Amino acid sequence: MDPSEQARRELKFRDPGKGRALAATLARVVADLGRAPVAVMHVCGSHEQAIAKFGLRATFPKGLDVIMGPGCPVCVTDVPEVDEAVALAEQGVRVATYGDMLRVPGSAASLADAQAEGASIDVVYGAAQAVEVARRTEDEVVFFASGFETTAVATAAVLLGHPPTNFSVLSAHKYIPPVMEIVAEMPGTRIEGFLAAGHAATITGWGVFEPFVERHGIPVVVAGFEPLDILAGLVKLVDLIAEGRPRVENMYPRCVTRDGNRNAQERLWRVFRPTGGCWRGIAHVPNGNLRLRDEFAEFDARRRFTIDLRGVRMRSPRALVDQCRCGEIMSGTASPRDCRLFGRECVPETPVGACMVSSEGTCKIWHQYGGHPDLRSRA
Amino acid sequence: MKLRSAAPDERIGLKHGAGGRAMRALIEQVLARGFIDPAGANGFGLAAMDDGAALRIGDRWLVITTDSHVIHPIFFPGGDIGRLAVAGTVNDLAVMGVTDILGLTCAVIVEVGFPRADLERIQQSMQATCLEAGTTVLTGDTKVMGKGEIDGIVINTTGIGLTSRVVPDRGLGPGDRILVSGTIGDHGLAILATRHGLELEGEIRSDVTPLGGLVQTVLAAAGDGIVAMKDPTRGGLASALHEMAEKSEVGILLDEAAIPVSPAVRSAAELLGIDPLHVANEGKAVIGVHPEAAEKVLAALRAHPAGLDAAIVGTCVAEPVGRIIVDTGFGRRLLVEPEGEPLPRIC
Amino acid sequence: MCLGVPGKVLEVQGNVAVVDFFGLRRPVLLDVVDEPVAPGDFVLNHVGYAIRRIPPDQAQATLAFYEQLLGEAAEDAMAADVRGEITGTGEPKGPDDGSV
Repeated sequence: MDPSEQARRELKFRDPGKGRALAATLARVVADLGRAPVAVMHVCGSHEQAIAKFGLRATFPKGLDVIMGPGCPVCVTDVPEVDEAVALAEQGVRVATYGDMLRVPGSAASLADAQAEGASIDVVYGAAQAVEVARRTEDEVVFFASGFETTAVATAAVLLGHPPTNFSVLSAHKYIPPVMEIVAEMPGTRIEGFLAAGHAATITGWGVFEPFVERHGIPVVVAGFEPLDILAGLVKLVDLIAEGRPRVENMYPRCVTRDGNRNAQERLWRVFRPTGGCWRGIAHVPNGNLRLRDEFAEFDARRRFTIDLRGVRMRSPRALVDQCRCGEIMSGTASPRDCRLFGRECVPETPVGACMVSSEGTCKIWHQYGGHPDLRSRA
Repeated sequence: MKLRSAAPDERIGLKHGAGGRAMRALIEQVLARGFIDPAGANGFGLAAMDDGAALRIGDRWLVITTDSHVIHPIFFPGGDIGRLAVAGTVNDLAVMGVTDILGLTCAVIVEVGFPRADLERIQQSMQATCLEAGTTVLTGDTKVMGKGEIDGIVINTTGIGLTSRVVPDRGLGPGDRILVSGTIGDHGLAILATRHGLELEGEIRSDVTPLGGLVQTVLAAAGDGIVAMKDPTRGGLASALHEMAEKSEVGILLDEAAIPVSPAVRSAAELLGIDPLHVANEGKAVIGVHPEAAEKVLAALRAHPAGLDAAIVGTCVAEPVGRIIVDTGFGRRLLVEPEGEPLPRIC
Repeated sequence: MCLGVPGKVLEVQGNVAVVDFFGLRRPVLLDVVDEPVAPGDFVLNHVGYAIRRIPPDQAQATLAFYEQLLGEAAEDAMAADVRGEITGTGEPKGPDDGSV
C-alpha cells in the first residue's frame, strides 16, 4: 500500500480492536476513580452523533455519565431569531438556509411552514452556495446563518469576498466558550470535565480554554470525532479528573494547535463581534452571539430590512411548548427520557422543541437510535 | 398557518409516499380497507402488504405486482425511468419467488411539452431491460396531461408471473441468516448526487438491474432453504429488514462491518450525513436463509455477475421482536426505521 | 454543524482545491486555511472551506499517541487481556510466559 493510501486509511481512526482496548481502559480508569458516577459533558452535536452512530454508549462504563450539553447550534437558535427568518420569508424575501433549520419551530411557524404557504426558501450546504443563489437571481436573498464559530468562519469568508448587492446575512451564529462558563456556573451542576469540539478548536486553538480551566478548576480535553478519538479523549479526561490538577489537553493534534488557525480567526473577528444574547432554553449568554460589525452593515439583513414580527407573533403559542424540556436537556440537567413529550407528541415529524428538529439535537439523535442509545434499558 | 398536532393527518404529505411507517399506516387505514382478500389457501392480497399478491392456479401460483414510477430526475447515472420501470417490477416478482415471468403492462402519463426524443430514449431503455430480464411489455395505456398538471412523465408497470413456491417476506425464524446480494445505498446516493448537482465526481451509479436470473440461481441452489426475500427499495435496507422482522416476529442482529458498501457511496453518505442503510437500492435482494444453507447461497450469489459483492450480514434472534440491533464493531445501537426515504421521488 | 471531513488535495487552482474524500472529489475553497496547500496535502473540510492543513505525519503521531494511552496500563492484568485482543490472539496471557 503506498504511503498516501496508508495515511488516508489512517485518517479514519476506526480500528475496532483498538476501540475495544480503549473502552476497556476507560472502564478501568473510571473504576480506579472509585466514586461513581462521574459526569462529563461534551458540547458538540457531532460528538453526540458519532457516539450514537458507533454505538459507543453501549460500551461506556456504568460509572461514567457522558452528557450532551448545548452543542447543537440549531437547537440553541432562539425563537425570535427563527421568527425573524420566517417573517422575512413571509415578506417575500428569498431565504437561504441550512437544511437543519428548515423545520425548527419559531413562535408558531417554521421556515418549512412558510415554504408550504408559498414562501421562497432555498436549502443550501454552505454560505458559498447561498451566494450562488444570489448571483443567479435579481431577488433579494437572505442567508439565515446558523452555526457555531467553525461555520461562522465560512460566512465571514463569503462576506469578505465581495458578495453581490442582493445578498445579505441574518446572523444567528453563536460562540461556544461563553456557554461553557454558564454551564460550569449553574447551581447543582455535576460536570467534572469537558470534552471540547475538535473542529471549533481547529479555528480557535486550545489556548482559548485555558482561562476557563483556570477560573473553574475543571479540566478540558479537545477531542476529534472518530470513535478512537472520542474514547481516547474520555480516557484522558477521566485521568485528568483523577489527577486533580486541571488543565487543557489536546487529544486532536492533527487538527488542533494551541493558537489555532490565525487566518480564519482574523477573518472571523473582522466580520463578527460577540454580543450577549439568548440561547434557546438557556436564557442569556454574555458574548455568546455573533453579529455583523458596522463595516458590514450593508450586508446585515437586520439593517437592510424592516423585519415585521407582528404577523408571526400574533398566532397563539402551542400549549405543548410549556412542557418542552429542551433547555434542561441542552444544559445537561435532564435527559430526553425525562421529558413527557419525547417520543409521543414530540417526534421528528411533529417536533415541539428544537432538540427534536436538528440532526445534532439530543432528542433527535436519541429518537433516531430508538430512544435507547445505550441499549441498556428498554422502555 | 396550521398548528401542529399529533392526530392523523388530514392531508397527505410526502412521507406517505416514502415507503416507511407513515405509508404503511395510510395503506392500512385508508387505501386497503374494505377490499375482500383471497381466502386462506387461495392466496394473499392487500392485507399481506408483501411485494405483490399471489393467487393459486392449479398447482402453481400466479403472482402479480404493480408499481408507479415518479423518479426525478428521469435520466441519472446508471439508468433512467424506463430501466427502472422494468427492473423495479421484475424485481418485485423475483423476490416473491417467480421463476416464470409472463410479461409486463406499461401505462404512461406524459406532460404536454415532454420531448419526443426523451420518450424514445426511455422506450429504448425499457426494451433493452426487458431483453435482459427475459420478458416483454404485453399491453399498455397512454395519457397526456396539461402543462403543470403532472411533472414530466409517470410510468406504471404491472408484472405477472408463475411459480410453484411463493417466497414471502415473513418467513424468518430465530437462527436464520440474512444475506444481501451486493452493495447497499447505490441508487439513492446516485440520485441525490445528481439532483443536487453536488459536484461529486466519482463512481456513484444507480444499481438499477433486473434480478430474475440472480434469484433463480439462488432458488436452484437452496430451494426450501430460502425462507424470506425482499427488495430494499424506498427506505433502504433498514426499512426492508424492519418489515421482515416485524412480520416474522423476530429480531435481527446485524454485523455492520459485513454490510457491503462501495467506498464512493460510503464517502458521499458521510459527507452528506446520510446513512446508506436508509437509502434506496434498485438492483439488490435481501434474503433470509436457513443457517445450513447460508454458505451455499452465498457462493451461488457470488458466482453471478449481479451478486459479486454478496455477503452474509446478520442473524435472526428470538428477542427483541421487530428490532434490528447493529453491532458497529465499537459498540451497539438500534437501527431505527427511517420515517420515510430521506429523499422524495427516489423511484 | 461541526461536521469536518478530511481529504487529499489533488489539484489547486487559485483559491480552489479539488479534494479527494476517500473516493469522491469535491471542490474546496482555500480562503481560510492556515497554511499554503499543495497537491498531496491533506485538508480538513467544513461546509466547503478547508479549515486546516493536516501535517502528513500527524496520522501516525496520533496513532502512537493512542498506543501510549494503552501502554500506560502496562502493570495491569486487564491491559494484558486487552493487548491480547489487539494482537489478535484473543487469549489472556498467563503468568508463566513472563508477561505481567
